[in-house]
Amino acid sequence: MSDIILETRGLTKHYGGVQALDDANFILHAGEHVAVVGDNGAGKSTFVRQITAVEQRTAGQIFFDGKEVTHAGPLDAREAGIETVFQTLALADDLDVPSNLFLGREIFKFRLGPFSWLDRKAMRDRTMEALKTTAVKIPNVDNPIRNMSGGQRQCVAIARTAAFASKLVIMDEPTAALGVQETAQVENIIRGLKERGIPMVLVSHNLRQVFDLVDRIVVFRRGRIVASLKRDETDGNDIVSYITGVKGNADGAFA
Amino acid sequence: MSKPTSQPTGLGGLKYDASKRARANEWNIFAALIFIVVVFEVLNRLNGTSFLFNLRDNVPGLFNQQRLDIMILQVAITGIIALGVTQVIILGGIDLSSGSLVGATAMITMSFAQTALVNGNPNPKAVFGPEWMDLPVIVPIVVGLGCGIFAGFINGLLVAYTKIPPFIATLGMMVSARGASRWWSNGTPVSFPTETYATVSNGDLLGTLTFGLLHWDGQNPAVVFVALAVLFQVIMIYTLYGKHTYAIGSNEAAARMSGINVDRHKVLVYTIAGMLAGVSAVLLTSKNLTAQAGMGMMYELDAIAMAVIGGVSLSGGRGSIVGTVLGAAIFSVIISGFTSIKLDAYYQEMVKGAIIVGAVILDQWRQKNRTRG
Ligand SMILES: Nc1ncnc2c1ncn2[C@@H]1O[C@H](COP(=O)(O)OP(=O)(O)O)[C@@H](O)[C@H]1O
Ligand SMILES: [Mg+2]
Repeated sequence: MSDIILETRGLTKHYGGVQALDDANFILHAGEHVAVVGDNGAGKSTFVRQITAVEQRTAGQIFFDGKEVTHAGPLDAREAGIETVFQTLALADDLDVPSNLFLGREIFKFRLGPFSWLDRKAMRDRTMEALKTTAVKIPNVDNPIRNMSGGQRQCVAIARTAAFASKLVIMDEPTAALGVQETAQVENIIRGLKERGIPMVLVSHNLRQVFDLVDRIVVFRRGRIVASLKRDETDGNDIVSYITGVKGNADGAFA
Repeated sequence: MSKPTSQPTGLGGLKYDASKRARANEWNIFAALIFIVVVFEVLNRLNGTSFLFNLRDNVPGLFNQQRLDIMILQVAITGIIALGVTQVIILGGIDLSSGSLVGATAMITMSFAQTALVNGNPNPKAVFGPEWMDLPVIVPIVVGLGCGIFAGFINGLLVAYTKIPPFIATLGMMVSARGASRWWSNGTPVSFPTETYATVSNGDLLGTLTFGLLHWDGQNPAVVFVALAVLFQVIMIYTLYGKHTYAIGSNEAAARMSGINVDRHKVLVYTIAGMLAGVSAVLLTSKNLTAQAGMGMMYELDAIAMAVIGGVSLSGGRGSIVGTVLGAAIFSVIISGFTSIKLDAYYQEMVKGAIIVGAVILDQWRQKNRTRG
């Protein structure tokens, strides 16, 4: 009971007539890494956006860290301890790595409202630290990230998440656009989070990766959660049949 | 199966690539400025004149002071506007209203700067009754800044909260503000300011500020321009305001997701741009000792051109105040340069249009070369 870090009850999101997410009941335990899988358009990203308060849900409840929450926006959720790598990179291309890592949570030398003085050295030092602990290598952190490869940019986003991770990390298809080596890099970061005991929701299409990394797999289909399976009690074929609708009649709660 | 977390290999094949290092664009612009000056100097010499230097024996001085003064004044008055426009463009917006704001603000400001008696006679251009005349100089200055702030604030509200494109919002302000400047005194100029108001632009501010150590008589607009340019360069680089301005212009959605109050920040940036148009109006009216409804006409385009020439990208997120200062210098050199080689005024306007379009083409070309590969 008390080790539940995140729970959603009847979480529902409609976009006009589109039922993108329907009555999602989801539980994440402390230290647990759970994968969210499903076909394109199954509602995975929608689920993420409700938890992270990027959008406001149509119905349902979210419990985080022992109490019901209604975060007003992503900053709220982040301040509560939810760090997210969104599917569309939330990076500012024209800013350098430290500025991106600390975007929206800058460190100051002194406060003066909007004209507060940035502590650029502190932010840079902590960026180097974060990159070191996550083993991310960036050729020059003082360059705008525009000049970096897709993989490097994704690593910046993930390093940001990992560096600030406190209570929960969510990644929405973090390796979808990456090459083999870059994917391995990201997977190493995820293992590091597991070692640090930080719970995580990983949205992924890559079943090999999912079976490599997580404890439990939750399958979304047409906006509903159709299965929640322990990694050791299932296999790839099983998951695929849930994803494609061969198995599972889209009903009931899973934990 | 896979490597442990602690393995510090990083991403495959990533080495420091000097060719991908961000180069200070400002140096290129500075080089362009020098180049253009040299070109005009050469063109002048072919006619036996000089662009920069004083060739006449009956006038003292190394430089062609008259031309320099005109150029500096032009850079200063329009450049102050360009400082604000730069911030708006970096934010990902555009401000077409600044020229009209100068006009409206000039008319209103001047009305609070009038003197009651001109050569012993009542002020022939009086807008208000005598109780509103000979006010302390701070009154018109505050009124001028206030007008700019107010209009900029409206711009910001429109852009941030009605979600209409900045182009349309500020176009509306451009037309309305010009209308206001014509309505204000039914189209007649407002003239005859107090003596102290005249010293706002024509005095020796640098002398006052440095306790007489340095002097730059009659060039207060330039002194103010330089001071504001330094101020905003520092603000854009070292403060949260600058960081968020670049972030929003770079990726507004990302800025929002990062928890930046994007709408409020937009209002602030447009308000500052409006205030700078107000500053420009005060300096311009003090310099000219009169305000006319047509003042500041097309300044918004000159200011945008200065910014774009200076490397500010119309798609937002890129550019700097220093770049715009250099862009302003280039712009002014080109205009004066064409005058110096006696190019007809009509040609000058055509050239000006070509410069603006050319700068935007250059910007797009730069962008294409900068996209990630
Ligand atoms: N902002 C939106 N407006 C309207 N429909 C949306 C929006 N976002 C997602 N959808 C729809 O909701 C469904 C689920 O989308 P999404 O959560 O992105 O799926 P997934 O991430 O699993 O691929 C899709 O049918 C998609 O078209
Ligand atoms: Mg998705």
